[in-house]
Amino acid sequence: MKIELTPQQQEIKSEFRAFVDQEIIPCANRYDREEHTPPELIKKLAQKGYLGAVLPKANGGREMDAITYGILNEEIGRGCSSLRSLLTVHNMVSQALLKWGNNSQKEYWLSQLASGETIAAFALSEPNVGSDAKSIETTATISGNSYVLNGQKKWITYGQIADVFLVFAQWEGKPSAFLVEKDSPGLSVVPIHGMLGTRASMLAELHFNNCLIPQENLVCRQGFGFSHVASSALDAGRYSVGWGCIGIAQACLEACIQYTSERKQFDLYLKDHQLIRQMISEAIANIKAARLLCYQAGYLKDTGDPKSIVETSIAKYFASTMATKVANDAVQIHGGNGCSSEYSVQRYLRDAKIMEIIEGSTQIQQITIAESGYQEYMLSTKSSKKPQKLIARI
Amino acid sequence: MQESKVKIKHFLAQFFGDHNLQDDEDIFSLGFVNSMFAMQLVLFIEKEFQVTIENEDLDLDNFKTINALVNLLKRKTAFLEA
Repeated sequence: MKIELTPQQQEIKSEFRAFVDQEIIPCANRYDREEHTPPELIKKLAQKGYLGAVLPKANGGREMDAITYGILNEEIGRGCSSLRSLLTVHNMVSQALLKWGNNSQKEYWLSQLASGETIAAFALSEPNVGSDAKSIETTATISGNSYVLNGQKKWITYGQIADVFLVFAQWEGKPSAFLVEKDSPGLSVVPIHGMLGTRASMLAELHFNNCLIPQENLVCRQGFGFSHVASSALDAGRYSVGWGCIGIAQACLEACIQYTSERKQFDLYLKDHQLIRQMISEAIANIKAARLLCYQAGYLKDTGDPKSIVETSIAKYFASTMATKVANDAVQIHGGNGCSSEYSVQRYLRDAKIMEIIEGSTQIQQITIAESGYQEYMLSTKSSKKPQKLIARI
Repeated sequence: MQESKVKIKHFLAQFFGDHNLQDDEDIFSLGFVNSMFAMQLVLFIEKEFQVTIENEDLDLDNFKTINALVNLLKRKTAFLEA
């Protein structure tokens, strides 16, 4: 077993890192303060092909393998979690369409998504519905050649600027997925401000008031919107967020290494104080552990292994809780400076906290992971008896 | 196809605890599976049998029971072999 990046992956990691150092890091704190991502930056992201990261080359995408895509998320996340969340939601929709869209939807949307000409956002959560996603209240009914949507979505990442939304609604009581373009009649987009973290991710509420969309905008089939479309998109989202959390923690670590090497207290550099070293060593070990979990998830994704679903959940759970701890320690290490907007660590902490809530909260991941663990344990304790019983029944 | 049935049963066994899943029992109505199961099942079928589950295959009747899954595979592999 060999756990290392290929030379190509190492090279591309350098590309990503250089882009982030040059284009994102110098301005990320300002974007956070202004609660705004400038379109010029999104265009640069698009020009590098990062918005089409996972789409096939035939559609103009970069067709990155899962590990490379993960590294992209880590590096962008190291610079700015808000911008990384654009990558997350845009690619969630892209991957959902790639897997479950019909041929004409793929033909129409995929190249636009790959180039970044169209920005996509994922619209599942509602004012009354978060973790209990199956209980969405937005409805869709048929009227002539159209669907009519009524309801509200909330906390929609980059909802303020998205050109198209993947919206989940109950159609005759069956969760279904629909594409809704921003200029659809009956849709209004209401910006959300004042969030704790990822403040530049331009959240919005979507209000559907007899919103009309063409019938061909149904994605996949009636009743499969949650089980297949949302599930595969959320899996992609969890993976992206997990890697993004490694980026947050890595940024914290690098900030702390620098800060503690420059600042003295009691006539010693901070780095020479043992309790500081304790926090640094915990950060190093936990970041490495999280990265290995994400590598595992990525490897299983590339091999199409069904275990990738739970492994991605484990990676997201560990990476997000780890990032909050590392960021918390980073603020602690920076002391009063850590609480000031002049230093980035306060942003990392606020952003890390958001990561524990989105794409399946920490508690939901824990429920999923424990359930999977019990299933696996029960199967392994019965495995010696199972084959005979199976064969006897055929 | 018998071998396919064995593989499918072995995969499904992990989700059903002590319950002995019958070939014609509705997998989704027994209350054992969660929101991730559908995707895990798709990935398993695609990897194990080297087929692609597409939009057109998404009919609950194709996934409801072990027998239904075997029949889906028969159709998809016959299509590939044709």
